[in-house]
Amino acid sequence: MLKRNQLGNKSIVIIKTIIHAMCLYFLMSRFYFAFTDQLGGDPVQAIIHFTGMSAFKLLLLTLAVTPLAQWSQQGKLMRIRRMLGLWCFTFAVAHFYSYTAFDLHFDFLLLGSEVIKRPYITVGFFAWVLLMLLAITSLPILVRKLGKRWKRLHNWIYASALLIGVHFWWSVKADITEPVVYFVMVVGLLSLRWQKLKRYLGSARR
Amino acid sequence: QKALSYTDSSHRVDETITTEHKATTHNNFYEFGLSKSDPSQNAQSFQVDPWSLTIDGEVENTITLGYEDLFSYPLEERIYRLRCVEAWSMVIPWVGFPLAALLKKAQPTSKAKYVAFQTLYDPKQMIGQTSRFLGGGIRYPYVEGLRLDEAMNPLTLMSVGMYGKTLPPQNGAPIRLVVPWKYGFKSIKSLVKITLTEKQPPTTWNLSAPQEYGFYANVNPKVDHPRWSQASERRITTGGLGADKRIPTLPFNGYADQVASLYTGMDLRRFY
Repeated sequence: MLKRNQLGNKSIVIIKTIIHAMCLYFLMSRFYFAFTDQLGGDPVQAIIHFTGMSAFKLLLLTLAVTPLAQWSQQGKLMRIRRMLGLWCFTFAVAHFYSYTAFDLHFDFLLLGSEVIKRPYITVGFFAWVLLMLLAITSLPILVRKLGKRWKRLHNWIYASALLIGVHFWWSVKADITEPVVYFVMVVGLLSLRWQKLKRYLGSARR
Repeated sequence: QKALSYTDSSHRVDETITTEHKATTHNNFYEFGLSKSDPSQNAQSFQVDPWSLTIDGEVENTITLGYEDLFSYPLEERIYRLRCVEAWSMVIPWVGFPLAALLKKAQPTSKAKYVAFQTLYDPKQMIGQTSRFLGGGIRYPYVEGLRLDEAMNPLTLMSVGMYGKTLPPQNGAPIRLVVPWKYGFKSIKSLVKITLTEKQPPTTWNLSAPQEYGFYANVNPKVDHPRWSQASERRITTGGLGADKRIPTLPFNGYADQVASLYTGMDLRRFY
């Protein structure tokens, strides 16, 4: 009875294909428009914002997979979580690269001092490093090797999400409405895991 | 936009001029929306004629200029650097006349020490003024201010045009201030009121975030914005991603020879 409307393998393949195609299309087309000067007056700022916001949105989607799969009782949905996370990291790499390459023009001294001196860049950088660790350890061979520790390591995605929320919040000049909305979404997605987080934080204290 | 007749002035920076398209589609003008592309989209039906600009306060003659009067002064073209507080910059050919010409006509009294400026307040036309969400949470009308000697400096320009034509609305039509040695937010747009005052007037960004934006806002590579470095800037001129350059920011935006003496003996870290 319960298994009546389960998604088949085929549906999962279709969903995955759509996500791959959309992410690839938006990433390539925006960079194409930016390089050919069709992205407004300042393509540099436009591409930095676009890649950053896309990474954030994909992170929220990644965090939404587990609760969605549980609520809808569609266990197979869990299979799209890894790819969403990796696309999030891909956009985060594009974001960090665009800032370094097109805004700072590879002035690594300036990059270093900005990461140290500017709180919003500091938290963004830490979030990026966490995402990188998670992306690397999502290689199947490492997942197997890490075993139980993999789960504990990948709980750091919650910290990364909070840091990215703060990064966005502190980066705006005046109106904080949009960052607040995003921050509330992060907190909402984390609160769905409140029991787990409480257990986790409790064991960390002991 | 109409073509203007003007003479060339000697105030011409010999650097690559930003393309007109970039200077008219990358704008900070929160009255017309928060993103850089919003003003060029939301301001196109903005009414500039009729217009009224009043010069009042500590003056012998209160002056009111109508739309046609804005173009009655001898116009000159000046090519100035524009340095945004957000660490990007452009080079723009403005058309206008010195603010000093206007102020001399109004004759400031001996009490006049500062000049306060005010942008039009018209929520019907300016979507950003209708709610704090659309307007970035800053208070409207937008206000700015200069010390009287800064306002009288020959570099301080009242601009009525750019690229040889009248100003497009997103760039502050029909008349705006241009103070090239200060961060761009001092160069207030779509002016309706200039008031000579005895006391230092409030300024919009200073009210919004006093620890980030001071009254003076002189371009200064040594005083960082709390959230980013001001030591260098990205010069937007022409082309797509990777076409622009990062260049060192100059004290007073390269106009130190003309204006540094205004601040002799002042601690510019304190008066940022």
